[in-house]
Amino acid sequence: MDRFTLIDGERVAELPARIDGERVRLDAAALQTALGWAVHDGLLCSDVMCVPLADEAALVSEEGIDLAGFARTLDRALAVDVAERAAFLGGSARERAQALASQHAPDFTLPDLDGRLHSLSEQRGKKVLLVAWASW
Amino acid sequence: MLYEELGGRGFVVVAVALDRSPDDARPWIEAARPTYPALIDTHHVLADLYNVVNVPTIFWIDERGRIVRPNDVAFGSDTFKNLTGLSSARHLDGLRAWVRGEGAALSAEEVRRHQPLPTEADQQARAEFGLGQWLWTQGRAAAAERHFVRGGELAPHDFTIRRGTMPMRGIDSMGPQFREMRQTWAAAGQPYYRPLPDTRGAS
Repeated sequence: MDRFTLIDGERVAELPARIDGERVRLDAAALQTALGWAVHDGLLCSDVMCVPLADEAALVSEEGIDLAGFARTLDRALAVDVAERAAFLGGSARERAQALASQHAPDFTLPDLDGRLHSLSEQRGKKVLLVAWASW
Repeated sequence: MLYEELGGRGFVVVAVALDRSPDDARPWIEAARPTYPALIDTHHVLADLYNVVNVPTIFWIDERGRIVRPNDVAFGSDTFKNLTGLSSARHLDGLRAWVRGEGAALSAEEVRRHQPLPTEADQQARAEFGLGQWLWTQGRAAAAERHFVRGGELAPHDFTIRRGTMPMRGIDSMGPQFREMRQTWAAAGQPYYRPLPDTRGAS
């Protein structure tokens, strides 16, 4: 088994994985411990939701959970670098588009220069000019 | 300036720097001495949630937390007007009127019509950025480069990736490679900035 890094937002999980060409299979028990996802009874479940599996055998085998199938099941974008033993789970285009189309401003929490965290939702009740800028 | 003028009226600015590190943004923030939240977003969380593809991008959000002016381009001053053809004045006039309750933001229908929504390719590009950015923090620059380039290929309109990764790649983000990228983009008939129609009318 190799060590594989799976990044999901702020969570960076180090998991045992079996790598076969471009195919990455993650250790099922480690995936559940690190990111909370487990397969049972034809479902892929976390604490808060379950997603039905079209083909459980394609996703799960004795060798682990197929990474590409895992991302596809969750409708998440996935960038993989097999050589670097790392992958990044991105946001779902469908979820992001639905959230924006609802016109509710998505909440976020980010640090200032002193490392103090601020959330957009703390400004509820005020009009907000949200500015994305950069030094580049 | 603007915030000092309007800050007492139930109005706040939230500024988010899509920079590779706090130190890149620090000189600008320290010079501005903001009394509003000036935040650092090395992972481009805001770009992911709000489909931001270039800077500056601004949003108006009302008291109930609703987006009442989506992805627009506005500058705090006219420093860049010659480059962009965009004047800061019209946006500031509109913003003042909205904050004072003398002018309306956009209707829900107008917001919907003007709102750019992310595609699968946009989100795939952001995943490539995310992987590249993590690899870069691990000192694996050559691997990071592959994913930054791939992200730019998947979403060529996303300059938070194509230009925003340049400092991590040792490329001058104001230099010849940026100018060439921008000229090629313009020659293909594509806009570098995508202001809303009423902002565009100010040029």
